[in-house]
Amino acid sequence: MRHPPRPEAPPVTAAGPTRMGFFTDTSVCIGCKACEVACKEWNDVPEDGLDFLATSYDNTGALGADTWRHVAFLERPPVPTAGEREAAKDSGIRWLMSSDVCKHCTHAACLDVCPTGALFRTEFETVVVQQDICNGCGYCVPACPFGVIDQRKADGRVWKCTLCYDRLRSDMVPACAKACPTESIQFGPLDELRTRAAGRLALVKEAGVPGAHLYGDDDTDGVGGFGAFFLLLDRPEVYGLPPDPVVTTRDLPAMWRSAGAAAAALVGAVAVAFLSGGRRR
Amino acid sequence: MTSVDDPQPGPGAPPPTTTHDANAPSSGWAAGAGGRKGRRDEPTSYYGRPILKAPVWKHYIPLYFFAGGLAGASSTLALAAQLAGNDRLARSARLVSMAGAAASGPLLIADLGRPERFVNMLRVAKPTSPMSMGTWLLSAFAPSSIAAGAGDLTGLPRLGRLGGAAAGVLGPGMTTYTAVLVSDTAIPAWHDAHRQLPFVFAGSSAAAAGGVAMVCTPPASARPARRLALVGACLELGASRMMEDRLGQAGEPYRSGKASRLVKAAKVSTAAGAVLALAGRRRAAAVPAGVLLAAGSLLTRLAVFRAGFESAADPSATVGPQRQRVDRH
Repeated sequence: MRHPPRPEAPPVTAAGPTRMGFFTDTSVCIGCKACEVACKEWNDVPEDGLDFLATSYDNTGALGADTWRHVAFLERPPVPTAGEREAAKDSGIRWLMSSDVCKHCTHAACLDVCPTGALFRTEFETVVVQQDICNGCGYCVPACPFGVIDQRKADGRVWKCTLCYDRLRSDMVPACAKACPTESIQFGPLDELRTRAAGRLALVKEAGVPGAHLYGDDDTDGVGGFGAFFLLLDRPEVYGLPPDPVVTTRDLPAMWRSAGAAAAALVGAVAVAFLSGGRRR
Repeated sequence: MTSVDDPQPGPGAPPPTTTHDANAPSSGWAAGAGGRKGRRDEPTSYYGRPILKAPVWKHYIPLYFFAGGLAGASSTLALAAQLAGNDRLARSARLVSMAGAAASGPLLIADLGRPERFVNMLRVAKPTSPMSMGTWLLSAFAPSSIAAGAGDLTGLPRLGRLGGAAAGVLGPGMTTYTAVLVSDTAIPAWHDAHRQLPFVFAGSSAAAAGGVAMVCTPPASARPARRLALVGACLELGASRMMEDRLGQAGEPYRSGKASRLVKAAKVSTAAGAVLALAGRRRAAAVPAGVLLAAGSLLTRLAVFRAGFESAADPSATVGPQRQRVDRH
């Protein structure tokens, strides 16, 4: 759905290299988790528990401080085509896989609310935490509409995907995209990726895959478009993604206005308290 | 966050494993071509997991909301009392404000993941970050309030007057910016309350400031404190009611679960304190009234704080309204 432009939206700088991002084409993801492993290896992300979650082949659960790529495994009922609806009812599952990652939003709530400036927008227009500045206030954690960024408990600071900022500065492909054996994770200039994704979507739709759609490729959405967007084969929420995320700071002017009015009400309450007889006894 | 003994959803009820919502409008996504009939088993999230991350804030934060709000409203009360010539009330309100202001900084620093880096808060001033704005506000308010109180204790009246004037002017902002701070998140029970929550917090702060001043001031001088407490309690109760009415699905934590019990306790405490304050000319009524009002104010902050955790843990609170928006278009 379309959202009005955010009133206080900071201009995204056009200076420097072009905006880089990910296009994650889940229609060719095979669930190998090479992206998860490569990310952990390259970025030195600590081990965070080996648990069997009983959620298909997924044992990492969700993105977090120590999981910057997360492969979701969905066992969805088959989608019957018209005419064979009844027959298809019990004919197995659609096994969907999708590698989730930080969306590197155009209007990033985490960056907006960060009080130290630790979160910043890089020359590639990605969103990165400067670990030497973060003081672990935790404000970005509930601000993110995707539940991506989180605090590393033993460390106190917050962590998330950097879109391999260090590799980008050396003209290298991010570790997850490099490791992906099926080109499900594609890295490149965002506008090129969008063109490629539109072509891919047309192809997938032509092949008769129901429910295929692009998620996060629209600059008019609630976060101004994602730097890392997806081709999904089912509704976003079944992958654990919000269907219509909105950057919380869009409403910040209204919040400050309300706070101003409430502060004025407090002044009024104090004034009323002293009307007729503050001096008396 | 993947370990089983470190559950994501924070305190409160665990999220439903799968949300079956037969009434949810079918978008036709999964039903494919021609299948517009709603599937009964459409999940609203990934294996029932929350969409959002729970806040990592500890209970220092609602304690600060209370202490900072109390200090802010007390400073404004003190300044007004001083202007009205009620020196006895002005003095006790200044001292209450000093205590609240002195507690505020340590509470906030204690909550940081890296407390030793608290000064990093002062390396930027960001209007898009209520926490940044609040840090600067507190950095101006707390020394002013402490100077005002110190003026009473040490007999430096000029410093005290200057500090008292500054703190009195900054005080109202101290009571309401914390509502913006929690509203400026993705958590539905906080974000969607952004119009009413500042009024809840302003009323709550006024009730606490009036109540504590009633306890610390001889009843003969405490009439404005009683009135402030009454007006504040009415504002707190009225704004809370309006907030709960307007929140819709996002207001669920305020209606059921652990947070709702805190909401009820807060309301009972505040209402009882307000009724007792009517008889506050007698010391025997003024002291319990003040204690109940302050307790109600603290419980209100704890309730709102807890409601945010429950809201974040509930994927349907996040997905429901968004799905409806998408399906309408």
